[in-house]
Amino acid sequence: MSGARLKLSFEVNGNPVEAEVAPLQRLSSVLRDELGFKGTKVGCDAGDCGACSVLVDGEVVCACLVPAANLSGRRVRTVEGLSKGSLSALQESFLRHGAAQCGICTPGLLISATALLERNPAPSEQEVRDALGGVLCRCTGYRKIIDAVMNANRSVAVDAALVGQGAAVGASPIRLDGRRKVTGSEVFGADERPAEALSVAVVRSPHWHATFEIGDTQTFVAAHPGIVAVFTAADIPGENRFGVIPPFADQPALAEERVRFRGEAVALVAGERTAIEALDLAEFPIAWHELPHALTPAEARRDGFPDLHEGRANNQLTRGFVECGDPEAAIRDAHVTVAGDIETSYVEHAYIEPEAGFAAMEGDTLVIKACTQAPYMDRDDTAKVLGLPPDKVRIVPLATGGGFGSKLDVSLQPLVGLVALKTGRPAAIVYTRGDSMRSTTKRHPAAMRATIGADADGRVTGMVFEGDFNTGAYASWGPTVANRVPVHASGPYRTPHYRATGRAIHTNGPVSGAFRGFGVPQATIMQEVLYDRLAEKLGRDRLAFRIDNALVDGDRTTCGQVLSGVGIRQCLEALRPHWARAGAEAEAFNARDGKIRRGIGIASCWYGCGNTALPNPSTIRVGIRASGKVMLHQGAVDIGQGSNTVIAQICADAAGLPLSVFTLIGGDTTLTPDAGKTSASRQTFISGKAAQKAGRSLRESILRFANVSATADISVESGALIVREGEVRRRIVLAELEPDARGYVFSAEETYDPPTTALDEKGQGTPYAVYGYGAQLVELEVDTTLGTVRLLRITAAHDVGRAINPLLVEGQIEGGIAQGIGLALMEEYVPGRTENLHDYLIPTIGDVPPIETILIEVPDAEGPFGAKGLGEHVLIPTAPAILNAIRHASGAEITRVPATPSRILEAIRAREERRA
Amino acid sequence: MDYARPTELEEALGLLCSKRWTILAGGTDFYPALGAGPLKDDVLDINGLSMLEGIAETDAHILIGARTSWSTVIRTPLPPAFDMLKEAAREVGSVQIQNTGTVAGNLCNASPAADGVPPLLALDAEVELASSDGRRHLPLASFVLGNRKTAREPHEMVTAIRVPKTSAAGRSGFVKLGARRYLVISIAMAAARLVLEGGRVAEAAIAVGSCSAVAQRLSALEDRLRGGDAAALMPLIDAYGFPELTPIDDVRGSAAYRREAAREIVKRAVAGLLGEAERGGLAA
Repeated sequence: MSGARLKLSFEVNGNPVEAEVAPLQRLSSVLRDELGFKGTKVGCDAGDCGACSVLVDGEVVCACLVPAANLSGRRVRTVEGLSKGSLSALQESFLRHGAAQCGICTPGLLISATALLERNPAPSEQEVRDALGGVLCRCTGYRKIIDAVMNANRSVAVDAALVGQGAAVGASPIRLDGRRKVTGSEVFGADERPAEALSVAVVRSPHWHATFEIGDTQTFVAAHPGIVAVFTAADIPGENRFGVIPPFADQPALAEERVRFRGEAVALVAGERTAIEALDLAEFPIAWHELPHALTPAEARRDGFPDLHEGRANNQLTRGFVECGDPEAAIRDAHVTVAGDIETSYVEHAYIEPEAGFAAMEGDTLVIKACTQAPYMDRDDTAKVLGLPPDKVRIVPLATGGGFGSKLDVSLQPLVGLVALKTGRPAAIVYTRGDSMRSTTKRHPAAMRATIGADADGRVTGMVFEGDFNTGAYASWGPTVANRVPVHASGPYRTPHYRATGRAIHTNGPVSGAFRGFGVPQATIMQEVLYDRLAEKLGRDRLAFRIDNALVDGDRTTCGQVLSGVGIRQCLEALRPHWARAGAEAEAFNARDGKIRRGIGIASCWYGCGNTALPNPSTIRVGIRASGKVMLHQGAVDIGQGSNTVIAQICADAAGLPLSVFTLIGGDTTLTPDAGKTSASRQTFISGKAAQKAGRSLRESILRFANVSATADISVESGALIVREGEVRRRIVLAELEPDARGYVFSAEETYDPPTTALDEKGQGTPYAVYGYGAQLVELEVDTTLGTVRLLRITAAHDVGRAINPLLVEGQIEGGIAQGIGLALMEEYVPGRTENLHDYLIPTIGDVPPIETILIEVPDAEGPFGAKGLGEHVLIPTAPAILNAIRHASGAEITRVPATPSRILEAIRAREERRA
Repeated sequence: MDYARPTELEEALGLLCSKRWTILAGGTDFYPALGAGPLKDDVLDINGLSMLEGIAETDAHILIGARTSWSTVIRTPLPPAFDMLKEAAREVGSVQIQNTGTVAGNLCNASPAADGVPPLLALDAEVELASSDGRRHLPLASFVLGNRKTAREPHEMVTAIRVPKTSAAGRSGFVKLGARRYLVISIAMAAARLVLEGGRVAEAAIAVGSCSAVAQRLSALEDRLRGGDAAALMPLIDAYGFPELTPIDDVRGSAAYRREAAREIVKRAVAGLLGEAERGGLAA
């Protein structure tokens, strides 16, 4: 019996299949690994995420929980079976509603929705939620998914072919990479693997802080047939230190004698796939010696606790600082002051795609194909660790199933790279959910305190902010968080006297890195919660108080930067009628005097786009082939947010060419110039600006060749460009032109680097060239006997400068709000305790209320067509607006997020005791 | 590892005598428990035992076969006393989990947060255990002994859950408290069943889960409710001390919170079945 394989006959998508499999092999693995149906995705292998949902005999199930032995004679349907040549109405609807962003959860959602629609062609919203509640999506905020399922016939986006020439910007074409996301044909990190690839298992530390000795690995290899080799730090040919900010690079790809956090990689075991799958890593020869550890900044800074890194005294990685005026005097002289403190938790990115990819040698070049947000940074870090020149490492980004900041840092790249380099064979890793959660970065837990003062007229006069950010065992983006927070902690409000200090403190916790907002979401909770208390003390309306203090054109920031194109006041003004309506409704509801209390809350955001006070260039290349194809080298990695579409829209209008003639070439580092990392809400602004410059430059070279003026029109016919100006019509036959080395008859490559300056010792300077702004209004109910919260509606007004693609903007807003809901109400990563998606909770389709988006367009002089970034902005106001609404509803003052029912009820009781 | 997929119950029971097996039914607890390592256990796959599937009726009992999924419970017409079990079924994980996970597996997994336990306790359910020696029936409270601990002997298999028809009486309600809407492990849950006669409580069965290592029947509270005016039960619940509960602090909530919330959700479960419910606002 043991090890016996079963010969199975069943049906997939109407076709008979046969497979010889282990009886307990998961259906997900049978489909993906044995039969090649890779549209079924694996997110957790535990039934927690629903990404692998398929239909078995018409019932939706998680394929990761179905044993192969159950399949005999059954009918299985996967995403590949939904389209028969043309897309199903539901798939079309997903495209036209913008219901797929990164696309990793899309197959599971489509399958679940198909099961519903086949029984119930016109479901209610509640029925859609109940049917789709088992599939997690981390990008979209679910609202467009609900719309897509309920309204298969109402279209929002249009075919790119129907977008008018010169009218791509401001239109909402169907995302250019959308079709493969709804058919399941998108190739994510785990979806490509050379047949001869070795599998790689990573030995990780089970301890927070320990030294270790690796035993006899030769004997270990010999005792395990199919295991090819073990690699340790001693095998690393280059400098065993990686890190996203080169001066702070401190993380070994494989630890050397000491580990500083639980989950840190110490060794690799490479072998044939079946051997690695059968391997029990508990047998790996390693001896651990635990060391004292610290999981909080307070513990890490206590007397006698050693420094985790040489030269970082008292475990302080960095400190960011901004000061203007005399904040102590301003607070002393203020008419009213408020002070408070807030603590936040580790937050896990919880993208549905765990890290995955492979490496292979092509000649003397190491090629790595993996999911990523930053191909050039991956290339440089991997090359450094492996002792290769950067041009001998080629990064080919596969589709990224969500990133949100964590896939900026390398994870498996140096590991598979090392194995491929050493063995000469391709090497692949697919992280388990547990590996992903244990070993990759998190949002920084923050412990913040602040004091804010205002004068009798309700003008904010001064603020002092201090925040300790738990940056974990290694630097990652800790310095960025420490520097970004002091610049932003005032919120988008005039604060003439100000001091803000942000410290990044090392602990033995998970590495804290980049997560949508780089610390600003945490700091904004502190500031916006205090603003509500300040308004109350002043007897002012909370919205009016914010409008009066909002930055306007010509104001100076706390860094001394004079702003223009400031849209925060417009955002807040746009919420006025909603605020009045919601306030009246809450008052009427609460007059009933029940256990359920209604509250409303508001909060703002501002956010500088791109690196803080550092160079941050992007380069975009565009070329026309003799065939007439326009090739856009689009290196701004699309992790679901839509840069593939937005950058193309900008380039099309700048070039004066129709969007439909563009073909995208992705971020392959040998084919496409560096468009920087997908982070800091910089791609629409910076890469977009480079695309605008490249498009214009391409257009100019064509017009010069045709000897016409800038007002001429260009169109593309097969193999020719037609240039028209008044009566003049020129036909440029492209085959008659000499192509350049890249095969282009016309081409342009342009770089844009936003104008910023370094900050001085008081944080004065121009940290960012462009800021975006926004404000959100939350309406909710608090159940005052259980401490639970029901969100009723969120109204979001965001100044995006110019909405290049309004549908994608809405998608970003709804998705950011969903993550803000998680931050506020449920997300708390407890190291060692919540390393799965059932103990770590992210919002489900039932947790995101209707969202109304109000787009404000105050153009920015720097941004392409006036556009500003928005990807991170949209998350920032949600959590503080929720906390303010909870306080309005119930009086509960939350000092630690997430505001779980337990904490809310405790805060309600504390208030009752204060009043008694 | 060994793997067996018998098609006859006798064969399965015979195998169980030979060594210690891990029994696989719906797989919704089996696979998540595997972790990343290779499977080492010997697995007895009972998915070939068609006789264990579905819900049946005998003279004295309603029988839920060991392979009956949550979705089958939801779809099967049952008396109103089972409404609480159906409501719990709809709250187990997601539709995907309900379609494969079994009610019996939920009991065998013996999680303190098992959604099936409170309603089955309140139905006076018994667990049918079969072995080659014969069959025995244990009251559910004697079957689940602790966190991840049951009274099943290694050579036994749960073949059914049975509910005495005498207990399949009255109306019932279930309330689950979680920190999100779907796919959520309960912070606390309550199941209540009342038999009313002329506006008075003739019979009461109340159970609370996730507030002790094993979900508990609140028999002292039931005693107080019995004979009470159905319109005046809330003060009785308010006055009750809930001595059966021994909640702990964990990431989902504090012990003090669970103690307070348990009272509230018992009230809501009772109010719900009495039709006075204001049931909104539960999921955060």
